[in-house]
Amino acid sequence: MDFLEITNLNISYPTRRLLVAAVQDVSFSVKKGEILGLVGESGSGKSTIGRAILGLLDEPGKIEGGSIQLENLNLADPATEVSAFRGKRIGLIFQDPQTSLNPVMTVGEQLLETIQTHLQIDTGDARKRAIELLDDVGIIDAKTRFDDYPHQFSGGMRQRVVIALALCADPDILIADEPTTALDVSIQSQILALLQRLRADRNLAVILITHDMAVISEIADRVVVLKDGRVVEMGSPAAVLGNPSQTYTKRLVSSVPPTDRRIDRFPIMNSDQGSATDQNLKILNRWQLQENTGASLVRVKSLSKSFSDESLMRITAKEPVHAVRDVSFEIREGESFGLVGESGSGKSTIAKMIVKLIEPTSGLIFFEQDDITTLEGPALLAFRRKIQMVFQDPYSSLNGRMKIKNIIAEPILHHNSQLGQMDIDHYVDDLLAAVDLAASSRDRYPHEFSGGQRQRISIARALATQPKLLVCDEPTSALDVSIQAQILNLLKDLQEKLGLTILFISHDLPVVRQMCDRIAVLRDGAVCEIANAERLFDAPTHNYSRHLLNSMPKFQP
Amino acid sequence: MFSYFLKRIVQSVGVMLCVALLSFSLFNFVGDPINNMVGEETSTEERAELRKTLGLNDPIHIQFGRFVANAVQFNFGKSYQLRRPVSELIAERMPATLELVIASSILALGFGVFLGVYTGINRTGILSNFILFVSLAGVSLPTFVIGILLIYIFAVILGILPSFGRGEVVQIGFWSTGLLTASGLKALILPSLTLSLFQMTYIIRLVRAEIVEILQTDYIKFARARGISNHSVYFGHALRNSLIPVVTIAGINIGTLVAFSIITETVFQWPGMGFLFIQAVKFVDIPIMSAYLVFIALVFVAINFIVDILYFLIDPRLRTKNENQDG
Repeated sequence: MDFLEITNLNISYPTRRLLVAAVQDVSFSVKKGEILGLVGESGSGKSTIGRAILGLLDEPGKIEGGSIQLENLNLADPATEVSAFRGKRIGLIFQDPQTSLNPVMTVGEQLLETIQTHLQIDTGDARKRAIELLDDVGIIDAKTRFDDYPHQFSGGMRQRVVIALALCADPDILIADEPTTALDVSIQSQILALLQRLRADRNLAVILITHDMAVISEIADRVVVLKDGRVVEMGSPAAVLGNPSQTYTKRLVSSVPPTDRRIDRFPIMNSDQGSATDQNLKILNRWQLQENTGASLVRVKSLSKSFSDESLMRITAKEPVHAVRDVSFEIREGESFGLVGESGSGKSTIAKMIVKLIEPTSGLIFFEQDDITTLEGPALLAFRRKIQMVFQDPYSSLNGRMKIKNIIAEPILHHNSQLGQMDIDHYVDDLLAAVDLAASSRDRYPHEFSGGQRQRISIARALATQPKLLVCDEPTSALDVSIQAQILNLLKDLQEKLGLTILFISHDLPVVRQMCDRIAVLRDGAVCEIANAERLFDAPTHNYSRHLLNSMPKFQP
Repeated sequence: MFSYFLKRIVQSVGVMLCVALLSFSLFNFVGDPINNMVGEETSTEERAELRKTLGLNDPIHIQFGRFVANAVQFNFGKSYQLRRPVSELIAERMPATLELVIASSILALGFGVFLGVYTGINRTGILSNFILFVSLAGVSLPTFVIGILLIYIFAVILGILPSFGRGEVVQIGFWSTGLLTASGLKALILPSLTLSLFQMTYIIRLVRAEIVEILQTDYIKFARARGISNHSVYFGHALRNSLIPVVTIAGINIGTLVAFSIITETVFQWPGMGFLFIQAVKFVDIPIMSAYLVFIALVFVAINFIVDILYFLIDPRLRTKNENQDG
């Protein structure tokens, strides 16, 4: 028998109207010293299983049947004392290190509390143990950092603290729920290496819950693919991801952007809806298509932006934060230009300056022939019409109290108030068709749509003014891979048909490789390297680009 | 951190100057101060003489400067009606009001936080629902109704508590306290309960909402996942995080308790500053009114200052805001 065995686990969430079966007949097991990957898209039940093992299901979730056997303990049995295993034999780490530590307690206090909950040792020994743990997870200068508060640690360091906390009582199993999703790639690779080392040093069983196929293929020994609460397939990553036997797994694997080559389109297996390319794009009738000459559309020269605390009552002068330093590049008509970098690299700040949401501290931005920093009045309005933005978070970027038709019609009316109601209605319908949404969507509200559909609505809204440049700020990073593939395909199709120029901002290197013609790599607000996508990925010249590409988990099915 | 406090002090002084200006204009422009001071039979020459000696012919900014200089020394002139220095009157009445306010703050905070945590943890229990129901009544009933209701029940029907006054007081230096005699303590119960009820119910609801929200956060889930006991999750992790907004609201509310003790003091004939103020309004006793205005503003400013310091003690993120961060 394996160390932890889950047999026929069923979990459901009774709601007022119906019983939602979150997990159905799931069975798998984990051995000591093994990393088991639980992979699936949102709603697949992967996190629910992780929580259920610890008896931490959110209300009103309930284990309906099956067993979770940890040696001689059945964790699914409500009679089993949670204190016998929670934190003691099983540790759990969460996705977001920013929110998983109590902000008003020092790291040391939280460690001491956890250690003394499980082990009968005095404070002095507990402190020693806590510092050893911090040391072990790679916190430099653990003794002095012991008394620091969580906000004084960077994201990666915080995740290390979280891991130290999970290891306080020497558990046998570590459940890691999306442990690197909120982290930058270079930090991600460090945390994954740490997990692998801890697994080896402590003979830990690790259950790694993630949506990221590349992470699984890099470090998991076995993988369980979940869909809608059921196990689709399980086995070694090479077998399951390299040669999937089930349609769902095949589809999932084909949606993952490859890191080693560029593909034209993502193959979408069961796409029942015709894609935009097959149809006649009706919005083309309204589009004044011009041949893209490859001339420069946007030119950015020595752009800098620093943020300083500008409060009136400020007494001590603070060092301003230089978010963008002396950045120059150009975006040519019809191309996809990528801005890549980790958090804090200034990529979003640059985008905001290009669309004139914030003003640069110094430097010039030319759009077509105009210096946009001096634009005002009708010229500014004309500029705004030609440049539109798609934001990262599809949940907060649409006004929840407006119907879809009004959301899309708003920019049309703003830029062309002479249009009649009939004409606007037709235009909205055409735009919805262009992003593959049913015409019946027009009278619904944003909350009735999924994340991917909302992102389509955002794109339709951006296209409403017939822009030349579409600025996409991490447009797919909140979406599942299969949805991401659809959205990326849509963007590619629209670009081709409508002759759009795209400024694509992302931290996700494989996605950038698929989407962009030329790429600028940013670090701490400065450009490291600007190169053609293929050249950058095959032969990066700058050290930092090389470092980024090495940190990127490779998906090699 | 030091610069932050310096900034707050400068702001506080600014606020106090504005209030002083208001209070000064009240004194000078609501009716003619000379008319308010002298009788009908005073001759025009005598009035002009008085105007001169009081400096009322000086330019406004000099008069204001003099007012501020006096106010700093708590010198607000003499009450028109009682013919005694205002500072003396206020000093006499202050202990009564402060004892009332402190007693009701302790009641409001103690019960408010405790019941708030209780109802936040046991969201569906019968007792929780009962507490919330009663608290709704506390929020919606006006103070004077509650006061009269309490008097009716405890003084008229049951006859166990006095319906008015402070009972016997003991003089310690300038401070007259009712806390050391049985009748003084008995007399304090009804008014302080009346005054605290609104704040208490408000704090219950606030703490409850905070606790409910905090129990959903990742760090609480993570604490549970580490096997931390329920008791320390609630009182160690959740309560401390819920205190930040509570301190803000409670701080401002203690200020309002001082200011709005007027109604409670009137209902219970409590010989405090509020009662003094109401009488002053009746007789257009401007010096008392303007002194009271400045005093209440001072209480508010002082409490807000203390609240800011408490933030620093509760929330470490504020403490290091100006220092280096590596995040």
